[in-house]
Amino acid sequence: MTLTSYFMEATYLVASILFIFALKGMSHPETARRGMFLAEGGMFAAIVGTLIGAHIVTWIWIIAGLAVGSIIGAWMAIWDPMTAMPQRTALSHAFGAFAAALVGIGEFLVHGAEMTVVTRGALGFEIMLGSLTTTGSLIACGKLQGIIHGKPIQFRGQNFVNLAIFLGMAGCFVSFWIHPESPIVFYSMLGIAFVFGVMLVIPIGSADMPVVMSLLNSYAGLASAATGFVLGNNVLIIAGTLDGFSGFILSVLMCKAMNRSITNVLFGGFGAVIAEATSNAGGVMREISLDDAAMQLAFANRVVFVPGYGLATAQAQHAVRELAELLEGRGVTVKYAIHPVAGRMPGHMNVLLAEANVPYSSLYEMEQINPELPSTDVVVVIGANDVVNPDARDNPKSLIAGMPIIEVDRAKSVIVLKRGQGRGFSGLENPLFFKACTSMLYGDAKSSLSHLAQAVQHV
Amino acid sequence: MNPAVLIASVYVFALAAFLGYQVISRVPPLLHTPLMSATNAISGISLIGSLVLAGAKGYPLQAHILGFIAVTTATINVVGGFGLTDRMLKMFKSRTAAKKEEAK
Repeated sequence: MTLTSYFMEATYLVASILFIFALKGMSHPETARRGMFLAEGGMFAAIVGTLIGAHIVTWIWIIAGLAVGSIIGAWMAIWDPMTAMPQRTALSHAFGAFAAALVGIGEFLVHGAEMTVVTRGALGFEIMLGSLTTTGSLIACGKLQGIIHGKPIQFRGQNFVNLAIFLGMAGCFVSFWIHPESPIVFYSMLGIAFVFGVMLVIPIGSADMPVVMSLLNSYAGLASAATGFVLGNNVLIIAGTLDGFSGFILSVLMCKAMNRSITNVLFGGFGAVIAEATSNAGGVMREISLDDAAMQLAFANRVVFVPGYGLATAQAQHAVRELAELLEGRGVTVKYAIHPVAGRMPGHMNVLLAEANVPYSSLYEMEQINPELPSTDVVVVIGANDVVNPDARDNPKSLIAGMPIIEVDRAKSVIVLKRGQGRGFSGLENPLFFKACTSMLYGDAKSSLSHLAQAVQHV
Repeated sequence: MNPAVLIASVYVFALAAFLGYQVISRVPPLLHTPLMSATNAISGISLIGSLVLAGAKGYPLQAHILGFIAVTTATINVVGGFGLTDRMLKMFKSRTAAKKEEAK
């Protein structure tokens, strides 16, 4: 080993340590930013170390790639609106996984002949995970952006077809493992993995996106870790594994928050055909006028806001904060209740409300807020549906039975902001809307909230 | 890859998995979106593999071109990921900090 190689390895060790410190910092909002600076430093060190230590002879492609990537990356970092965070994250899973797949193809081109059995195995995983995550994430991004319809796309025998594709991919993998000399097998594995990624995500409805996002996150990380095994590079293994496990932990948390298993999300096609499972949710929905709603809010002691995906689509995060501040000015205690799967990715609502300058101490998790709800005067539900559906608790036949919910129906009164009388995204009937304590305020969430704020000022 | 290196790599993998589990299960749900964005940026470390492909000695032109694309997408993740994470984390304010912002 030359001196420059030792230097390169040293930068990798430093980077690994800094990455771990960065994730440790994520345990609190106060320390999170400082942690990220460490990670940025680690990344920079590793890049410089590689450029110095890896016997680079051709600079043109490297400089071009770094320049183009930095421009696009910086443009995204500066201009992407916070409401677009889910699709932007899905896109970055696709980019990361695609880079891993490309590195795998390159390694096959150059070192394919002299690879050992173990390296070939790792390369196979890298290629499969990398490619299926690329296309899967692109589909997820398309669904979140609305380019592809958010409804699950399903057909007869879908699981059978998917199984066949999976077996085809696995067959190519095994064949490549045993007979590495055939490039056809290698490229078939690559192609089938791309198709498999598409097939894996199209049957999944938008409401299940938090789980899918976390899973793709995990796959993208594991693809990086597999790259590390192929290249014999420890910092890649460490960073990839951290990413993979983070995604895995998030998937488990999201599944728990919906009381469903990962297999059920992937192969269940939730939200496709929902028929008889709906409970006896009958009766009338009681509409409330703006002035009455404002009156209730203004004279309440405790108010809780429950945001859902509707808050993001209506871009109502600033409007709700203004209303909350007016109420606080009148001495009302205002809190926000955040369900783990509200929105389209883990933590989606927290980021939106933080953007609107809501202090994080006002944001409460489901377990924290539920015991306080019976003593709450008014709950305002903004574009949330399933996460407040009492059927999950009361009706064992419901499709979402057993899913933990924010028990808003225990509060003294509930105001639901909703665009129209229709069912929610999942197509489930929500008995909450028919309860005696519930009243409905129809209209666009953003304008309803700002009108409420005006009305509160005049009370 | 010789067996000794493989065993060392498996050790690294297992320890990183354990450490990752310990560290990440402490991240509050409040920060789950920035966490995802941050781990994404960090796994953009595959950039270093792409750099080798794009420019190192002994790699043919088609490898350089694949490397160029990989460098581009990985750099988008690194720059975009860290940038966005920081932008998000800047928004999370304690009550006093939020008040101060308002007063300005």
